[in-house]
Amino acid sequence: MATDTLSNHEGHAHEHDHHDTAGTKVFGFWVYLMSDLVIFGSLFATYAVLLRGTAGGPSGADIFDLPLILINTFLLLVSSFTYGMAVLSMNANRVNQVKAWLAATFLLGAGFIGLELYEFHHLIHLGFGPDRSAFLSAFFTLVGTHGLHVTFGLIWILVMLVQLQTKGLTDMTRPRIMCLSLFWHFLDIVWICVFSFVYLMGVL
Amino acid sequence: MSGHASHEEHSHGSVKSYVVGLILSIVLTIIPFGVVMTGSFGTSATVLIIVATAVAQVLVQLILFMHMNTKADEGWNFMSFVFTVSILVLIIGGSVWIMYNLHQNMMIG
Amino acid sequence: MLGKLSLEAIPYHEPIIMVVAIAIAIGGAFVVGALTYFKKWKWLWTEWLTSVDHKKLGIMYFIVALVMLIRGFADAIMMRTQLAMAAGGAEGYLPPHHYDQIFTAHGVIMIFFVAMPMVIGLMNLVVPLQIGARDVAFPFMNNLSFWLFAAGVILVNISLVVGEFAQTGWLAYAPLSGIDYSPGVGVDYWIWALQISGIGTTLTGINFFVTILKMRTKGMTLFRMPIFTWTSLCANILIIASFPILTATIALLTLDRYLGMHFFTNDFGGNMMMYVNLIWAWGHPEVYILILPAFGVFSEVIATFARKRLFGYGTMVWATVAITFLSFIVWLHHFFTMGAGANVNAFFGIATMIIAIPTGVKIFNWLFTMYRGRLEFTSPVLWTLGFIITFTLGGMTGVMLALPAANFVLHNSLFVIAHFHNVIIGGVVFGMLAGLTFWFPKAFGFKLDEKWGKRSFWCWIIGFYVAFMPLYVLSFFGAVRRMQSYENGDWQSWMIIAWVGAVIILCGIACTVIQFIVSIRDRKKNQDVTGDPWDGRTLEWSTSSPAPFYNFAHLPEVNDIDDFWDQKQRNGGKAPLSKPPYQDIHMPKDTWEGPLIGLFATIAGFALVWHIWWLAIVGGVATFAVFMARVFREDVDYYVPAAEVERIEREHQQRVEMQA
Repeated sequence: MATDTLSNHEGHAHEHDHHDTAGTKVFGFWVYLMSDLVIFGSLFATYAVLLRGTAGGPSGADIFDLPLILINTFLLLVSSFTYGMAVLSMNANRVNQVKAWLAATFLLGAGFIGLELYEFHHLIHLGFGPDRSAFLSAFFTLVGTHGLHVTFGLIWILVMLVQLQTKGLTDMTRPRIMCLSLFWHFLDIVWICVFSFVYLMGVL
Repeated sequence: MSGHASHEEHSHGSVKSYVVGLILSIVLTIIPFGVVMTGSFGTSATVLIIVATAVAQVLVQLILFMHMNTKADEGWNFMSFVFTVSILVLIIGGSVWIMYNLHQNMMIG
Repeated sequence: MLGKLSLEAIPYHEPIIMVVAIAIAIGGAFVVGALTYFKKWKWLWTEWLTSVDHKKLGIMYFIVALVMLIRGFADAIMMRTQLAMAAGGAEGYLPPHHYDQIFTAHGVIMIFFVAMPMVIGLMNLVVPLQIGARDVAFPFMNNLSFWLFAAGVILVNISLVVGEFAQTGWLAYAPLSGIDYSPGVGVDYWIWALQISGIGTTLTGINFFVTILKMRTKGMTLFRMPIFTWTSLCANILIIASFPILTATIALLTLDRYLGMHFFTNDFGGNMMMYVNLIWAWGHPEVYILILPAFGVFSEVIATFARKRLFGYGTMVWATVAITFLSFIVWLHHFFTMGAGANVNAFFGIATMIIAIPTGVKIFNWLFTMYRGRLEFTSPVLWTLGFIITFTLGGMTGVMLALPAANFVLHNSLFVIAHFHNVIIGGVVFGMLAGLTFWFPKAFGFKLDEKWGKRSFWCWIIGFYVAFMPLYVLSFFGAVRRMQSYENGDWQSWMIIAWVGAVIILCGIACTVIQFIVSIRDRKKNQDVTGDPWDGRTLEWSTSSPAPFYNFAHLPEVNDIDDFWDQKQRNGGKAPLSKPPYQDIHMPKDTWEGPLIGLFATIAGFALVWHIWWLAIVGGVATFAVFMARVFREDVDYYVPAAEVERIEREHQQRVEMQA
């Protein structure tokens, strides 16, 4: 998403040896992920504090459908693996394989979002929407923020598929695929925390 | 060429490491899920298992999928992660402590 | 079609606002007219608005900050005038709903749209030069950050004329800021202005963090970096780790207000104290985001004008790092009276007091740098000396507030107001004005007028004490903050003294304005030919003033702290000039995407404030579309030919030789 300033390229190796642009981009994206982690941390803290604010409405144990969530978790875990395969294909310079693995990742991610939308729709249908209680506000917002991130990841995958089609594997697309890889695995990590601390602990 | 080397480090990984990562993730998901669904342990033991498997799984993702190590980018990758996690511990832990304490003292809920 | 917006949103019946609006309209028309008359629109667009040059972005941040300083100060003097009048049953001239907007706007503007852009502006101007880089790590993102910030500024200023601003205090505590108690659009303006500009700030934090870690020139190890760069690094770490909390908190408040959720409401299980908890988990680090770079400025100024290496470089660095970390474990001291238990209050009270230790280390470092130095009393040094005294006093009252028992008496009183103005005016404002004077020649190629700079300093420091010491006194009589009028007529004499202080500060601001005019008039006389007007110590002084857009013809190489100073000593007191052969230099191209994203974000924010949903969608989609255009653009960089570099360098060298 950003250009890097380079130093003299030709014939001045000693000036730019430690200003490697692709590395700077990936590192910058990593730092962005750290700031995103703080957003999720704030939402987890809010969820923990508002956990008992059910206001006579349902608690987690009443509404969580764990088998559905397990399927969701597996979809995301496998998508992390397929994305890893895309990165390996990129390192081997096999652009068609990269596209195929990205497409597989997209489908798994879309499945995840589909199931999450079903879960949300079901809860709202039962009258347990985010405006029912503070607990539900915190639940919907935490899980929904993760879902929103996955949705952005899906859009990003589509953009990368288009760019791979039109530009191929270039100095422009390669770091982006690396950044998206970090993003995708990062969302997996956040989901593991959601799965463990919201869903599993919620039904205890 | 240290920068270039660090770039390589990002790209490392093999089919084997991803397969191992996937299997570990699935196992580490099924264990706490099974424990919770069967209810065969006490509450505190269950919580402990959930936390332990979650932490283990986060580490699996970080190491086997995101290839985080202490060397890439002169260790800044790793250090920024450790710093962020410690800040999160302070903020989440602090908030929960503060608000729990408030509830106790103000006799809310 | 227009949501909640109608013609009634414009406050025709408020003469003060209407006069201001007309003044802004006339001023705006004048600027537009001048730009058109002198045919400068294209120049403005290509040279400034679309620029990715960190130096120009720094200047733009500072210009916006100075304009907003005038607006924020107008709020201040209106408040002081009101309080000088509204004693013993008198109502003054500002009704409560207007007064409440003014103190909210004053706080928001001064922190977010004056102090922050000054700090970020200075970082932009100085940090890449100090580390020997040609630009920041992500130049497009730097431009984008500025425009997101500008979008926030524009929204706040629109709120003056269209609708209203929040009446909640600068941090919009819930549940007062919730939809039940603030049904108007004021809080929504607050939300979107801060949310949009806050995202820009986060991007800046990431950008400068990566820049400082990755773009340093050869030999510039971490422990050879100038102190201003160190403090900027720590401030950016704080931005990265704390601004996301603000983003999340404002988002939760937004969900409460827009979608009827219950995070911070009184009913349905909401917890209003969680809002206070979260906002201060951001708010306290924010204080250090502002003050740490100011500490950096003072360090550079003192070392330069005492002609000595900074005393205790290592301790200065570690004190900064310690403050960075400690700033995350003190946030509860802003709400000791909430009702948490003694354990919690004791922990956060002690943690707060511990911060005084590294801060004290710094004070002693500055004192020992001056000790036996040949201190030259230029205006940056005056600001620094004023800072050391004033900030120390403010720190002491801060430690008093950190005692939970004392805090129960002082909480929400004028003592708090006096304390934080003591540290923010004495620390941040003095620091930024010192930095402005110190680095002005690097930005523009001529020095600021010293006489008016010193007058400004004396007005500011005297005005500060006259304005704020009475507030300490009043707080002991029981005067609370945010009151529009008061019964006790005995307070009025103190309030009038405080008003006089505000007027003296006004003179200080006027002196600064005159200083600019006089300096521009006399720019030939005060020209900085060598690029090193103060006999400086760090790399930004090794290039010409104003610095060429590529900063350095050859990237410098350093071997020690203050390496540029050592080079001058080896070279008979003169800065070495660049020599051929020159190489082509790789630079980023300007961007039209940044300003356009800022424009559409402003439109989307405005539409969201007024619930004009279709326009919000249009603004959002347009923002996304421009971003996609950027993502698909490939010609983002170019090479400056070596011949061009040689021409620019030779011109500079000829000027230096002419002067010699």
